[in-house]
Amino acid sequence: MAILASKQTRVVVHGLTGSAGTFHAKQMRDYGTAVVGGVTPGKGGTVHEGFPIYDTALQAVAATGANTSVIFVPPFGAADSILEAAGAGIELVVCITEGIPVLDMVRVKRALEGKSCRLVGPNCPGVITPGAAKLGIMPGYIHKPGSVGIVSRSGTLTYEAAFQLTELGLGQSTAVGIGGDPVKGLDFIDCLKLFDADADTKAILLIGEIGGTSEEDAAAFVKANIKKPVAAFVAGLTAPPGRRMGHAGAIISGGKGKASDKIAALKEAGIAIAPTPADLGKTLASVYR
Amino acid sequence: MKIHEYQAKSLLAKFGLPVPTGTPVLALADVAPAAEKLIQSTSNETVVVKAQIHAGGRGKGGGVKVVKGAAAASDAAGKIFGRPLVTHQTGPGGRIVKRLLIEQGVSIARELYASILVDRARSRVAVMVSAAGGMDIEEVAAKSPEKILIEHVDPAVGLAAYQARNLAYTLGLKAEAAKGVTGFLLKLYSAFMALDASLLEINPLVITSSAEVLALDCKMTFDDNALERHKDVAEMRDLDEEDPTESEARKFDLNFIKLDGNIGCMVNGAGLAMATMDIIKYFGATPANFLDVGGGATKEKVTAAFKILTSDASVKGIFVNIFGGIMKCDVIAGGVIAAVAEIGLRVPLVVRLAGTNVELGTKMLAESGLPITTASDMADGARKIVELVGRTQ
Repeated sequence: MAILASKQTRVVVHGLTGSAGTFHAKQMRDYGTAVVGGVTPGKGGTVHEGFPIYDTALQAVAATGANTSVIFVPPFGAADSILEAAGAGIELVVCITEGIPVLDMVRVKRALEGKSCRLVGPNCPGVITPGAAKLGIMPGYIHKPGSVGIVSRSGTLTYEAAFQLTELGLGQSTAVGIGGDPVKGLDFIDCLKLFDADADTKAILLIGEIGGTSEEDAAAFVKANIKKPVAAFVAGLTAPPGRRMGHAGAIISGGKGKASDKIAALKEAGIAIAPTPADLGKTLASVYR
Repeated sequence: MKIHEYQAKSLLAKFGLPVPTGTPVLALADVAPAAEKLIQSTSNETVVVKAQIHAGGRGKGGGVKVVKGAAAASDAAGKIFGRPLVTHQTGPGGRIVKRLLIEQGVSIARELYASILVDRARSRVAVMVSAAGGMDIEEVAAKSPEKILIEHVDPAVGLAAYQARNLAYTLGLKAEAAKGVTGFLLKLYSAFMALDASLLEINPLVITSSAEVLALDCKMTFDDNALERHKDVAEMRDLDEEDPTESEARKFDLNFIKLDGNIGCMVNGAGLAMATMDIIKYFGATPANFLDVGGGATKEKVTAAFKILTSDASVKGIFVNIFGGIMKCDVIAGGVIAAVAEIGLRVPLVVRLAGTNVELGTKMLAESGLPITTASDMADGARKIVELVGRTQ
């Protein structure tokens, strides 16, 4: 079953004819994902690398029955593409694009309120259910079908986590990179709810970083609601305050968002904390049952 | 990106927001004439000399002087200009003052606080005001949060007039002052949205003895992701306020932040880059920098990144930690080899590669004949570089 991505996923790629879009659409297809077409305004009716291209998401959905969008559109056009996908009736939008202005995302979040469409990202590696569907830019081969749900704000740390779990033989039910932006789609709690309800997920690995209070909120949620074992890691113990550490959302400001506070909150909720990023898999394994 | 107070005030004025009359000055000799002109145009002897650096706490640090007359302004400026100004935000070395703002004195009846920022927990823009103007707002927020009033804005509607009125009247303002602050907040919100700001802070927002509303100070920070659609703002960047290595890194689109340790790090991905700093610390040493080469780096970009690390005298060892996804390990290996061939290698280098094309990357490093220590995983790499450089704690 897993979450978000499955064998029923039918993907349309926005910006498929661009270089990143082309490369990753092919990679997703090679992994076995049903990539049914692309959207590039002005190129409708053409076929690119075997993918039929449509001018609008509406046309793509009507022609292919797509239920999922993966977005590779450049930053200033990406917010519009998210709205376009939602408007076309897409159920899940995964926005890979990095560098979308925050106020664009504030408007997008408002426009998605009350709609059933789910957004993952932006500025994220995407979602993968090993053996079923890969919706994003993560290397497929480091994953293995299994029973650990991963939810992470960081791309490469998600790879690190998945790889460690694969080497330990635990594998992943689904790995979700929720992205490093301050205003984004699904957050930790949304994914925790999905993993908790998912029969294939036996344990959850949460990877946070400095900035905001999502980890503290997740800790409180786990304490109150989650019975499955949870392990966590928070990056940025050595990050200086007031500096944006790469991700737009990774900044300690006004005394808030420190890694030490997040780790304390997670520990207090009974969550096992990985002492270093090399211990993500081991720490999860220590609580796995 | 941050800008100076005088630049922020010029932007406020463009949006019809009231600011004191003033002139930026870049040389000490220009202070007296600027002050003289200001005194004549405002018929006001009182002049304020304000140091322009990208750090708060300038008043407490001695960077703001209120004087009477042009000669006194020049004297006051002489004590600030060209010297380091130390505030709680600058670090012990302070910042050299290279720009001044010469501004008219204002007779203050009341000091308020106003700011606009993105509340990430709510995914909304928040407008905040407080009657505790002129104070350190973080301290107010920590000690008496009830003194800060907040309205969240529906982006589909914008800041509604009633929300601005709620803030003004809840502050206890009456009549003209309430009207003035209401109008001020509405215009401030327009400016925030139009400029893609990430923080717009007016502290203090004053009501003068003649009941005028005036932005006495202004701090503006912009969303780096949106700068490309605001060329006029992007041009306000003051490179003197930034670390030169960081400015150099930005040219290559590298995310680089200088830190005070001695182990240089080169990593792909911001989360992994932070985690790499953390694991170095965990094994007893301190990182010299944060460096994310990004997902789609070319060999040239990797070479540039490596040069930035090796040119830093405080770097006593380098740890390259790559988990290839989009980034391919052979590209990293090629970049490192090219950089070492060009500029040599004066410090120990530990490389850990994993992910896409790891075999090819590892083979390239081995065949290069360079004195590179390879690591099997992240912990192994961190341990090795710390052993080679030595513990610092």
